[in-house]
Amino acid sequence: MKRTYLDHIAATPLRPEVFEAMRPFLTDVFGNPQSLHAAGQEALTAVDAAREEVAALIGATASEIYFTATGSEANNFAVKGMAAGQQARGRHIVVSAVEHTSVLNSVKALERSGFTSTIVPVDRTGLVDPAEVEKALTKETVLVSVMTANSEVGTIEPVAEIAAVCRPRNVLFHTDAVAAAGTVPIDVKALGVDALSLAGDQFYGPKGAAALFVRKGARILPLIDGGIQEGGRRGGTENVAGIAGLGRAAALARAEMASRTAALLPLRDRLLEELPRRIEHVVVTGSRTARLPHHASFCIEFVEGEAMLLFLDMKGIAASSGSACTSKALKASHVLLAMGFDHAIAQGSLVFSLIDGTTDADIETLFEAFPPIVERLRGMSPLYTQYLKERGS
Amino acid sequence: MMYSDKVMDHFANPRNVGVIADADGKGEVGNPVCGDMMTFYIKVKDDRLADVKFQTFGCGAAIAVSSMVSEMAKGKTLDEAMAITNESVAEELGGLPKNKMHCSNLGADALHEAIKNYWDKQAGRAEKAAGTAGVHEHEGCACPYCDTALEEKDKTFCRACRVEFEECPSCGGITKKGDAACVHCGKPLAAKA
Repeated sequence: MKRTYLDHIAATPLRPEVFEAMRPFLTDVFGNPQSLHAAGQEALTAVDAAREEVAALIGATASEIYFTATGSEANNFAVKGMAAGQQARGRHIVVSAVEHTSVLNSVKALERSGFTSTIVPVDRTGLVDPAEVEKALTKETVLVSVMTANSEVGTIEPVAEIAAVCRPRNVLFHTDAVAAAGTVPIDVKALGVDALSLAGDQFYGPKGAAALFVRKGARILPLIDGGIQEGGRRGGTENVAGIAGLGRAAALARAEMASRTAALLPLRDRLLEELPRRIEHVVVTGSRTARLPHHASFCIEFVEGEAMLLFLDMKGIAASSGSACTSKALKASHVLLAMGFDHAIAQGSLVFSLIDGTTDADIETLFEAFPPIVERLRGMSPLYTQYLKERGS
Repeated sequence: MMYSDKVMDHFANPRNVGVIADADGKGEVGNPVCGDMMTFYIKVKDDRLADVKFQTFGCGAAIAVSSMVSEMAKGKTLDEAMAITNESVAEELGGLPKNKMHCSNLGADALHEAIKNYWDKQAGRAEKAAGTAGVHEHEGCACPYCDTALEEKDKTFCRACRVEFEECPSCGGITKKGDAACVHCGKPLAAKA
């Protein structure tokens, strides 16, 4: 069966060039980057080069890049590490209602040790209003975290404007850019952020290789205490192969970002425009204008997401409902609820996220396979029966 | 694979889907907050289930459970059908993932509500619109912190996290009691009177 992979937000394929960049460090070059001998120095050279590439992707300097295992770790490191570093000044944190669970749950963990938080609401398209962030700031606020883009609804947040609200008040600002980095241009200096998370598996790099940018001078305490790796801010022997892969993926993303976007944007727009025309009662979720170029998300009324995913999978089509994690949890996406969707509609969440190489034929495959699936599930949905009855047909 | 072959079979080819217009009993359980809603229709002849049909809004497990319940119930006496438990349905399906046990196991509940609805009608009791199980009304099913399914009888407390919950007046989700804002929708929670 032909496979149609439309689940970029869950994972991207590993580019062959990335694999080649990793291969030596999984085979011959096994040295520890902290070792003085040649084997170690060879590994260190690769780590240093990757740090340069990751820095270049986001307009940072290499010494501001800290490698982590995952985007979730980077988010935990930023939120917990920066809050801990600032707690003498205050113990209040501001986050948006649509943050990834690794940010929201880090805040919850901090609350158990005496921090308080304010959750800033979003509008119907998932956008955070910088004025709402400003309103939420108190004298006690030491950290604000608002994501660069949301993986469930594709909305790109006004990060620069939010940073501009935080900066004059000496409030640190972190942005979770895991869904955005490598896909859309990011310049940490232009944005004015103090910390930014990114992950290689969102731009054709390996899983297990991610990074946190921390602006020079911004205080952060380690999450993992240990040796002198990562400037003493993240202990543990470096994942050299993963880091080398992340570096290569960052270089490829920087070189190809414009061409990837040019290829995927028309396909995304076709999906966003045509799917609601081909199937009744389909709502586009997220912003239509401030939107990731590979991301099309919907709520399909009267049906539930997981059932759609299972039927799509039988047709060889991979998609997501809410976030990859949400599809296994028994609750509607906190993102859609925060955007004001009711539970029944939020349960019908579906995300198609395109990857490099997605073609118009893939969209056709989807358009062919998907409407009968929805029709079938609506045929057994008590909500749809009720709707038809109320409509009087 | 998350689901057993049997679950996938009942999900992909559900038995007895539909509505019985002149049903002798109808039972509805669940709500969209849980993710699953089921409606069961029954026809009764000589104290036996002559026909069973259902409609389900929900995940793969919910659809498979409904299908299996309908198959198990068909032809049984009402008392035998009342003895079908959520556990026996899960067993027939070759097991269900742990996080799907709670909300997906509404199948037997919906069937039982339909039978009770039939009995109520027979006894000439004031007929409810349809049998409905109250337990799932307006409540979430899993702890918003750890995703552990909450106990039927103890919906306001997660044993794993030792956190007390209340219902958010804005979105209906369950959220930590005493919090300033709902964990799901971020809207402020009304101060307790």
